[in-house]
Amino acid sequence: MAEANGNNGSGLGAKVAERATKMWDNTRNSQAWNSIFRPGSIYRKGYTDSPRNRSYVIMNSVLFHLHPVKVKRHAVKVSYTLCLGGLSFFLFILLTVTGIFLMFFYRPTATEAWATVQDLETAVAFGSLVRNMHRWGAHLMVLSVFLHMSRVFYHGAYKSPREFNWVIGVILLLLTLLLSFTGYLLPWDQLALWAVTVGTNMMGYTPVLGNQVRFVLLGSKEIGNDTLLRWYVLHVLMFPFVIVIFMAVHFWRVRKDGGISGPL
Amino acid sequence: MAEVPEHLLRRSAERRAALSGEEAPAEAPVAADVPAQEASAEEAVAAPADTGEKITESVGGVPAHLLERARLKKLAAAGGDAGASGAVATATAAKAPAMTAGTPTGTGPSGHTQRLLTVVKAGSIQQTKAEAQDKVHVWPHLLAIEFASIMILMALTTIFSALVKAPLLGLADVNQTPNPSKAPWYFLGLQELLTMFHPMVAGVTIPGVALVIVALAPYVDKNPSNKPADRKFAIAMMTMFLMFWAVLVIIGSFFRGEGFNFVFPWNNHVFFEL
Repeated sequence: MAEANGNNGSGLGAKVAERATKMWDNTRNSQAWNSIFRPGSIYRKGYTDSPRNRSYVIMNSVLFHLHPVKVKRHAVKVSYTLCLGGLSFFLFILLTVTGIFLMFFYRPTATEAWATVQDLETAVAFGSLVRNMHRWGAHLMVLSVFLHMSRVFYHGAYKSPREFNWVIGVILLLLTLLLSFTGYLLPWDQLALWAVTVGTNMMGYTPVLGNQVRFVLLGSKEIGNDTLLRWYVLHVLMFPFVIVIFMAVHFWRVRKDGGISGPL
Repeated sequence: MAEVPEHLLRRSAERRAALSGEEAPAEAPVAADVPAQEASAEEAVAAPADTGEKITESVGGVPAHLLERARLKKLAAAGGDAGASGAVATATAAKAPAMTAGTPTGTGPSGHTQRLLTVVKAGSIQQTKAEAQDKVHVWPHLLAIEFASIMILMALTTIFSALVKAPLLGLADVNQTPNPSKAPWYFLGLQELLTMFHPMVAGVTIPGVALVIVALAPYVDKNPSNKPADRKFAIAMMTMFLMFWAVLVIIGSFFRGEGFNFVFPWNNHVFFEL
């Protein structure tokens, strides 16, 4: 733009560019900036690609330090893991974010639930998109957790010393199914009501405690207002809380058991 | 006791020979002076210029009888040691004549005080990895892959969600049972079992036992290998297990029509909602 204004303009443009560079440098030298980005951060001034800085990037980030600084070379081969475990975790985060958005508009009562979902579809900005992402993301997560588990089995990755992490993984699969199933009821449409009826009727046949199990799950003899509230709390609070704990143990054990398995 | 490597023994022997060859002539004329020089560091307190005479005065606050006792002890110790101390004793042995006149110091020819106690092989105290592992830095190698896969997944999910609407049927009505009523797709395998078994078997026993068996797989499967060629049985079992459920879910999803009767999806409307 500065060049289009001729000689004067390009002089001004150079000056502006110089000032901008200087400001940017000063910002990156400032105490505030350096207090936010720890040593080795790629956002720090003078970041160079050295083994030391590569380690710092991981060690000095609360998010990245789930990872070790180094992993086996074969562990980064996409053809080995297909990223399935990581993507399951990412889908969980995506579902949490979209779910929080939906919670702003949803009311878990038999009289209002369906109408608020209808509002999300028609009146709320991006409501339809976010609800679709939540729904498809949930189905995708069931699928990716299942595929992750199959991948782990076919690689024999559940063998010593990873036996217990496999057990945690089975629990995580169960929790994923429960999260998906409790969410299934919330739109309170015909699909939700009858799918859950079929599902909970099956649980009612639990030996000895069948009726009690069904009563605890439904909050009453039949699916209704109490069931909706109960499953809502399970869906947005309890199961996410529990699954996060199990995920933490799962990820921790992956590292403690020596990183991912293999190579074959 | 670890055996001393050949080359160290040889080096020790060479050094010993060299020392005795070098020192014997050099030491002869100055034999009386050597101990006096070498003593200075160690013996400063005991006797600044100890030439072997009996100490009668106290030095630096230490009573004379204690200094005398220390001097006699040292003499005795040097006499007993001379023959027994092996490799380090070279220096002492070479100076044997001087020792009778002076105080033994236990130092080498140029004032060194080290002694070879033993040779320890690296493996016995250090944990050495059998093989170095080929590792890469997580940043950028792994983080770049994760970032790319997340972006791809995010893009696909967003595009799919923009194009395909999630189902929202009419308001729930307990008095109007849809025909057929189906569970969510991942439970359709169980619903399919319901057509064959008692509800307790299909809904509780079979899935419960299946889940427990899957969870216990690592304890049941004792085969330590992870090579597909060594695990034909495990792979066959798992594949059959997965196919069993996949077939049930597919039948339940697409081949069950009104009254949950078997239909072909190409003949009838498909009763399937996600």
